[in-house]
Amino acid sequence: MKITSKLLLSTTAFMLAGALPATAAWQPQKPIEFVATAGPGGGTDNLARAVQSIVTKYKLTDQPIVVVNKGGGSGAEGYVYGKASAGDPYKVIFGTSNAWQQPLVSKVAFNYTDLTPIAAMAQDEFLLWVKEDAPYKTAGDFLKAAAATEFKMGGAQSKDTDEVLTRMIEKAARVKFTYIPFKSGAEAAVQLAGGHIDAHVNNPSESLGQWRGSTQRPLCAFSPKRLPQGPKVTTSEGWSDVPTCVEQGLAISQYEQPRTVWLPGKVSPEQAAFYVDLLKKVQATPEWKDYIEKTSQVDTFLTGPALDNFIKQDLEHVKQVAGEQGWLVK
Amino acid sequence: MENLQSLLHGFTIAVTVPHLTLMVIGVLLGILVGVLPGLGAPNGVSLLLPLTFGMQPVSAIILLSSMYWGALFGGSVTSILFNIPGEPSSVATTFDGYPMARDGRPTTALATAFGSAAFGALVGVVLITFLASWVAQVALAFGPPEYFAVYFLAFASFVGMGGAAPIKTVVALAIGFAIAAIGIDTVSGSVRLTMGIDELVKGVSFVVAVMGLFGIGELLIAVEEEFQARAVSSRVDWKEVFRALGRLPQHGIALLRSAAIGCWMGITPGGPTAASFMSYGIAKRFSRNGAHFGTGEAEGIVAPETADHAAGTSALLPMLSLGIPGSATAAVMMGGLMIWGLNPGPMLFVDQKDFVWGLIASMYVGNIVAVALVLLTVPVFAALMRIPFAVIAPLIVIICVVGAYSVSNSFLDVVLMLGFGVVGYLFKKLHYPLAPLVLAIVIGDKAEDAFRQAMLMSKGSLGIFFANRLVTTLVLAGMALLLLPLALQIVRLLRKPEEAADEKVRTI
Repeated sequence: MKITSKLLLSTTAFMLAGALPATAAWQPQKPIEFVATAGPGGGTDNLARAVQSIVTKYKLTDQPIVVVNKGGGSGAEGYVYGKASAGDPYKVIFGTSNAWQQPLVSKVAFNYTDLTPIAAMAQDEFLLWVKEDAPYKTAGDFLKAAAATEFKMGGAQSKDTDEVLTRMIEKAARVKFTYIPFKSGAEAAVQLAGGHIDAHVNNPSESLGQWRGSTQRPLCAFSPKRLPQGPKVTTSEGWSDVPTCVEQGLAISQYEQPRTVWLPGKVSPEQAAFYVDLLKKVQATPEWKDYIEKTSQVDTFLTGPALDNFIKQDLEHVKQVAGEQGWLVK
Repeated sequence: MENLQSLLHGFTIAVTVPHLTLMVIGVLLGILVGVLPGLGAPNGVSLLLPLTFGMQPVSAIILLSSMYWGALFGGSVTSILFNIPGEPSSVATTFDGYPMARDGRPTTALATAFGSAAFGALVGVVLITFLASWVAQVALAFGPPEYFAVYFLAFASFVGMGGAAPIKTVVALAIGFAIAAIGIDTVSGSVRLTMGIDELVKGVSFVVAVMGLFGIGELLIAVEEEFQARAVSSRVDWKEVFRALGRLPQHGIALLRSAAIGCWMGITPGGPTAASFMSYGIAKRFSRNGAHFGTGEAEGIVAPETADHAAGTSALLPMLSLGIPGSATAAVMMGGLMIWGLNPGPMLFVDQKDFVWGLIASMYVGNIVAVALVLLTVPVFAALMRIPFAVIAPLIVIICVVGAYSVSNSFLDVVLMLGFGVVGYLFKKLHYPLAPLVLAIVIGDKAEDAFRQAMLMSKGSLGIFFANRLVTTLVLAGMALLLLPLALQIVRLLRKPEEAADEKVRTI
């Protein structure tokens, strides 16, 4: 009797143990590391920490999450780290489009193909900004003046999104800028407020405070349609009041920077699926909506083939600009 | 007067039981992360950041800024006791703090450091209180050429000081610039000097370099010179804490000058590290006791500590009013502001009065809490000096290795740190000065960026450094500081050649 019951018990236990992994999807078994490819306080870091706090608050996984910053070399440090962690599903890399843009223009030791794309969530828009007291009311005025003298355009980093966009404006409007690279968009914003440069193409969140404080104002947005209506930024205007650049005769209809999430290479599809699912759950929370609104980003979610497609298109585009400028690394 | 009223209102927000509790917690955590090298204030604050997401913004900033004050104080402890700077900005404190502690006066060294630090912080807060809007305007006047001029001034105040042969100073500077150049270059976007090591793309962390150069380097020298129990017989003496504080007013001029340098560097984002170096350099040149600097001179502790804290405090102002963080920790807090739904910028002072003035009031209270707590710990820390060298030496190695690893969880950093240890040893042996090397590693790349940005703006003309009054004044002041010791030396050589040759050479 005793023996049978023991046998029965162990058989049941065996069956249960055998059945579980087959039905349940992959679940993390140890702490997860969020790698922000930016220094503390940057946009990418903020995203990683916002996702961390939402996951923790709603207990979306049992495992603790740690955020580490690997922002050295314009983010290359984090991507190289991801490449070196191939097969490790406990490292989640938060980045931007520089995952595929950087390897084109500088000799960094990674390529985006070394990583497993999980999702693009949140897109940052770009706007053309001038100093508050500049005489130009529209992008047209600005470009007319730019044709006469060579303007100084500031931006974050060299041969990165800001400079690519600057070169696109040059081509579209047949003007010439002197591009001055700074460490971050926030630095460029302060330089514009001080009148040391003539314009920059910052994301909304990078110049929001400066716009409210009347040191600079946006002329147009590089977006196919006007930005979504949010709370007013200044007393009279909000983001939706900024015309699109196409409206103002600057033919660049779309330019945006996705915030991207990656796993290292060689992880299993189940592991990737777990994180896609996790991020989807994060995106459904009110805290996420709050984060998006406060940082003036656009909510998106691209994954799977749609994301691959987006990367491919963006890559072609950047390759063309980089080729024309002679930036491509051999 | 309006500011004063706002400040009083701020005190009603800051001086409440929950906020005072947060301050004590913040300061204690800060002291902890400050004392442990490698962890540091920026890392500590970012670890704490997610906890604050659910808090009121003003409570959150009080917690984080209190942690910052604690870390600034704590960073000096290991610099003084073990020659390992816990924070990059306390490197200059090692120059005189460590010799003084080794002479058996750790209590005096710590109390002097904390006392002058508190004074520096106080000046910084007063400046913020009364000159907030004016200061914000000044900071806006700084474009790339002005930034370069500020860095140039920092270098100039340090080059030529110390007894090292000028050529050795130049060599040390050049090596520092080369190390600062490792990684991705901001202006061209290309990868430099990684020598095939992929991970080096992130550049060499300053903390890693400093722990090796000072901590391990000093240890190697000690092992070679006197491999014996080097325990210092330091009595735990409460009275000495107060005596050291009482002696501070004797250094009145140094205190005021250093506070001024600190505030200036904090506002113009030169940062606390550059401020402490510059202040030490200038103090050494102009102090009556300048020749004794590096042997445990109290003024050599006062100068860098005051400037460090004045800069650390005033660095919060450009962050709030312009959105440019003056230090790495300020950058993390700025990230926090965005997440709490506040936008740093000129309107913050208008829209978020409670937040801004609550924070400023908490700076007064928080610093008092911090200095009280930290003075209480002096005897405890001083007692650490009584542990025999044979026990403390392996502990220092462990602290350095763990500290280097924790900077970015990378083993490469540990190897680099040990490598820097050997460099530090060789520098000391061959009488090369370490200070210029360290200064070049910290602000070398910033100076380079600013110079090249300026050159882009002017299309290669050096005339941009004389384009307006501000930048011309800075450049000329830098040149004067650079040439002054040279001129003095020539005069002295002409007058009394034999005396000049006799001068004791001491390198720091």
